[in-house]
Amino acid sequence: MIGGLGLLRMPDVLIRMHASTKIGTLSCGLILAGCAVVFAEPDIVIRVIAIVLFILLTAPIGAHMMGRSVLSTGVDLWQNEDIAQDRVEDALLREHDTPEEK
Amino acid sequence: MSGFLELSLEIGFMCVVASVVLAFVRMIKGPSLQDRVVALDFMTVAIVAFCGLAAVRYRTSAFLDVALVLALVGFLATVALARFAERNIVRNRKGGTDD
Repeated sequence: MIGGLGLLRMPDVLIRMHASTKIGTLSCGLILAGCAVVFAEPDIVIRVIAIVLFILLTAPIGAHMMGRSVLSTGVDLWQNEDIAQDRVEDALLREHDTPEEK
Repeated sequence: MSGFLELSLEIGFMCVVASVVLAFVRMIKGPSLQDRVVALDFMTVAIVAFCGLAAVRYRTSAFLDVALVLALVGFLATVALARFAERNIVRNRKGGTDD
């Protein structure tokens, strides 16, 4: 019953990159919550909670690292953000300058 | 009631499969490496959702273990590929300035 409510959340068009992370997390959490409701057994509920917690923990980390990587590589953004881009590039290059190069 | 559950299961399967196909299209024609990695990450999450649907559909709780392991492996793959992409570009740029 509530499983059906979770399942109808899934159609997305993958507009651009980071919309997918949000929609993926939301839909996956809802589907797994519906799964827990349908089964309604303690061990399965605990397992579903573990999966949802793990996804909620790791999806922002993955999205953050992807955003950082995109900023550092400087692929074409949809606006020109030259000033911020240069600053971020400088910061990243400085961060990657390890002492072994001196 | 169970008819509604069956119907929503069918709709959910179709939507998840459609989203996996769309992510695969994005992975094939992604303009950059990051687009492909994001598409791969999203495909992993969609397959976790697919495992949840399959667990409800076939009344088998073993699919949830599959989903858990898949979430772990997908997170590791995303982090590793992101580090690889960032470090690779930075190294290329540094090599270019050195040469």
